[in-house]
Amino acid sequence: MKPQGLLTRIALALGLVFLYVPIVSMIVFSFNNSRLVTVWDAAHSPTLKWYGVLLHNEQILTAAWLSIRIALTAASAAVVLGTLAGVALARLGAFRGRLLLAGMVTAPIVMPEVITGLSLLLLFVALGQLIGWPKGVGAVTIALAHITFCMAYVTVVVQSRLAGFDESLEEAAMDLGARPLKVFFRITLPLILPAIASGWLLAFTLSWDDLVITQFVAGPGSSTLPMVVFSKVRFGVTPDVNALATILVLLVATGIAISTVWMGYQQRRRERDLQLAAAANL
Amino acid sequence: MRLSQAMGRRLIAGVPTLWLLVLFLIPFLIVFRISFSEVRLAIPPYTPLLSWHHGAPHFEVHWSAYSFLFTDPMYVSSYLYSLKVAAVSTVCCLLIGYPMAYAIARSGAATRPLLLMLIVLPFWTSFLLRVYAWIGLLKNNGVINNVLLSLGVIHHPLALLQTDFAVYIGIVYSYLPFMILPLYANLEKHDPALLEAAADLGARPARAFAAITLPQSIPGIAAGSLLVFIPAVGEYVIPTLLGRPDQLMIGRVLSDEFFENRDWPVASAVAILILLLLIVPILLFQRLERRQLEAAQ
Repeated sequence: MKPQGLLTRIALALGLVFLYVPIVSMIVFSFNNSRLVTVWDAAHSPTLKWYGVLLHNEQILTAAWLSIRIALTAASAAVVLGTLAGVALARLGAFRGRLLLAGMVTAPIVMPEVITGLSLLLLFVALGQLIGWPKGVGAVTIALAHITFCMAYVTVVVQSRLAGFDESLEEAAMDLGARPLKVFFRITLPLILPAIASGWLLAFTLSWDDLVITQFVAGPGSSTLPMVVFSKVRFGVTPDVNALATILVLLVATGIAISTVWMGYQQRRRERDLQLAAAANL
Repeated sequence: MRLSQAMGRRLIAGVPTLWLLVLFLIPFLIVFRISFSEVRLAIPPYTPLLSWHHGAPHFEVHWSAYSFLFTDPMYVSSYLYSLKVAAVSTVCCLLIGYPMAYAIARSGAATRPLLLMLIVLPFWTSFLLRVYAWIGLLKNNGVINNVLLSLGVIHHPLALLQTDFAVYIGIVYSYLPFMILPLYANLEKHDPALLEAAADLGARPARAFAAITLPQSIPGIAAGSLLVFIPAVGEYVIPTLLGRPDQLMIGRVLSDEFFENRDWPVASAVAILILLLLIVPILLFQRLERRQLEAAQ
């Protein structure tokens, strides 16, 4: 192997170690008996004690359930709005307001979260004064805020998927007399379905994980899981948070492994179909 | 039929546009307006945005929030400190991420999806918990100090937590995937024939890299750097959990002004000043994104 190839490979390996050491250390210390978290208590470890503590923590469980409900709502609504925006930007050509939509839709991705959070709260306060709704902040305002920043990601995913396909399929269906709505549901939607699925997952994860924006638009009695975790870890490490992290990492890793295998399978099947089609044409 | 089609087109673009107008653009106008009002003891805690004088709307403009920010050196220093932290972290991300993206782009077709998955996987797990993990590694009786002490490299624990170093580690660690992915997307498209041609013509690998690969990857470098720099300027969680208590970053200042001091006009003015700084990078990022999509089309 050429020396430069070797060097970049070493850099890659070290980089991966850097990415995974913190995660692995959280997993290891979630089985540690000691309350001191980072001092391994060899005599009484490994133990599942902190998992028990975690699962009996009423505050964490309530917050997790709220986070799940908000993430489900936000992801589903963001997928609808984001798909509309993605289709508009990729397929409608030059329409009035295109620049406005394109400019607004990607901005939340890079916007510092403190600014987004502050501006949304000030909006809710102003709306409450002006039209009497929303009455105070809580789960509803959190969901509205999450939908707004999640739809940006869905739009980008859907738009780039559509950019990868030319419009000839849709045009052909139109030429054959299909109505626009039918073209969308029979051609466009199946094409972008994988993008919609990964957009939904991305939106769910971002909503589930968001702390900063949520803190601004949450009220008393609407603490999400990241808010509870943040107030716990601000004052130091706690072993049951390690247990929580381990559970989350395991769930995510399983999900990603399954989706990678599934996508690989789909890819192979598509290639085989193409080969068969090519063979049939000979 | 024609009419309903036009209606449909209007709906497709109109619904998301309306949503973003109400929940993205108007909120910024409100922040902008409140930054020119004065704090007062009331609900909400600022002077009215709009008052009526003899039947005509009247905007009262106060500069007090801005003049307050420029007279107290704490604000100026946290503004500059945030810029420095974001810039240094971006450069570190680039130096670490570039070789990684390069190695992935040059790896075999079979291992590439696996490597990309390994880069993306941490991003799908909780950001907050990954930052939290560094507290356990960096603190005085944390993993790093324990390992170094037991190896005899050091005799007293190093103060790693609540330092600039910890903030850099936290930001580089959290944002590294955002640097690697756009770089990879760019590097993967390069034509290896160009490098081979350079080698045939006698160019050393370093020279070929500088003359061919590096200039071609500038859009990737720019996209990755902006994706790290812009959110890092306003970063709140990482400096709060890992950083110095005596030197705040601007995102924390905004949040403290709002929640602790309940000074909404000053918090709004801080937001406007951050935006002024970031508006050019944000527009640059959007232009890069658009170009990339157009190239795909």
